[in-house]
Amino acid sequence: MVEPEAGAPAGIRARSAAVEPAGVVTTAVRRVFPGGVVAVSGANLTVEPGSFTAFLGPSGCGKSTLLRMIAGLDEPTAGTILVGGEPAGARRVPIAFVFQDAHLLPWRTVLENAALPLELAGVSRAERHRAALAVLADVGLDDAATRIPAELSGGMRMRVSLARALVTRPHLLLLDEPFAALDELTRNRLDDRLRAIWRERGTTVIFVTHSITEAVYLAERAVVFSKRPARIVADHTIELPRERSGALRGEASFAREVRKLQEALEVADA
Amino acid sequence: MRERRAVVRTLAPPLVALAIVLAAWEAVTRALAIPAYLLPPPSAIAIAADAHAGSLGQGILTTARAALIGFGLSAVFGVVAAVVLASSRLIERALYPYTVFLQTVPIVAIAPLLVVWFGPGLRAVALAAFIVSVFPVIANTFTGLRSVDPALRDLFRLYGAGRLATLTKLTLPAALPQIVTGLRIASGLAVIGALVGELFAGFSEDAPGLGILVMSSSRQLRTDLLFAAVLAAVALGLALFGAVNLLGARVLGRWHPSEKAEPFESRNQ
Repeated sequence: MVEPEAGAPAGIRARSAAVEPAGVVTTAVRRVFPGGVVAVSGANLTVEPGSFTAFLGPSGCGKSTLLRMIAGLDEPTAGTILVGGEPAGARRVPIAFVFQDAHLLPWRTVLENAALPLELAGVSRAERHRAALAVLADVGLDDAATRIPAELSGGMRMRVSLARALVTRPHLLLLDEPFAALDELTRNRLDDRLRAIWRERGTTVIFVTHSITEAVYLAERAVVFSKRPARIVADHTIELPRERSGALRGEASFAREVRKLQEALEVADA
Repeated sequence: MRERRAVVRTLAPPLVALAIVLAAWEAVTRALAIPAYLLPPPSAIAIAADAHAGSLGQGILTTARAALIGFGLSAVFGVVAAVVLASSRLIERALYPYTVFLQTVPIVAIAPLLVVWFGPGLRAVALAAFIVSVFPVIANTFTGLRSVDPALRDLFRLYGAGRLATLTKLTLPAALPQIVTGLRIASGLAVIGALVGELFAGFSEDAPGLGILVMSSSRQLRTDLLFAAVLAAVALGLALFGAVNLLGARVLGRWHPSEKAEPFESRNQ
């Protein structure tokens, strides 16, 4: 485990290995959309600082809605959400959000896309470019800094999106089925990269997916949601070594964890 | 070399078609001995244009000035109006219906009013060009501003971007393709608006515009000169349209797929 820096100030700082991870506590969170559709019903959940948690559930079940509420992009109808001890949406804790698609600004270069969050925070040009180049190196794209999104493959675009999320050194990283649209090989590579980044930085990660194998491979813990309205039906610690590589996917322990989650998900979908 | 061949391949078919039409026109008017005041042959139009090259040139300049001022006003006012309309749902509901008024107002009916208010001359003519051409700019820009990727709006919100930063760094750049489309439509309309404006308000100009030339040559049954003036107006409209297209390609060329003239592989050469 990478040690969080003691007494490090919140907000955006010069590049260093680790951040101060933020935990998440949701209490009786409920979200009813206009029109009466209940998306989330009574979610009680504690996500430990520095942990890697997967939200697993059927497509369209409301797990993404819960993630958006944690990011402060949507508000619960009832209940409270605390991020790093502050109400969600207060923006005191640096949070990053990675969407299902890359969602880059097509008129900007890769470097300027990755630097965008720092630009919006008023960081000087030289400093934000330095930080952006560093995160682009983390995702293996520093040689593509001057290219534009239209020139990149889907996997490269997603890596730029990941770099843009990491550039503010977030204490909480939220990912909403980020690699779902990619081919399996690219997806596995990005999974490995994401885990390496998590281990190096120690930031809290919540990863929404409907892929059981992806959840098992990536996460330390899987929270299983039911069909809409999303309720938590299982909370499962994934018993696999911290050191993970592609070979793990073929091992019996991996298959055992997958089977357990599969059973939980079948109950959820019933 | 390959580029030149591509240009030839693009330009040759329409030019050949034009030559065939002109030749047929010339042949038919001569063979049937159609009176020149009804339909002059192309050769007569060319001779008239040459004989009146000075006044046609002056006419183009006068009309171009009014059309450009009207078009410039449309570009600035249209984009600003669309930004204001898109800034809140309440403002949109309150004001958007009235922008449609600009679309439906008959310029032929409003032009005399412009003369009453501003007197004959450049101001009234340019305003006519503006009124006719502003709506497409407002409507297209507005659509562009409203169709920004919601995920990107979320992203800007997440990073605490203010209204101004969101406008300049996200919504306006994202709406650029639609803004250019609006300007493209407006460029042709501005010339039409200036011509119509001149019919009512252009008589006081020192150098009469193309609208005045059209009117006076029709009164004198100088159909050959009438054709020449109309063709000059068409050329003016095409030039303005072409200029907007070039500008659009320059601004958008690098990233917008509809403007991409060549595959990106060849860009790095």
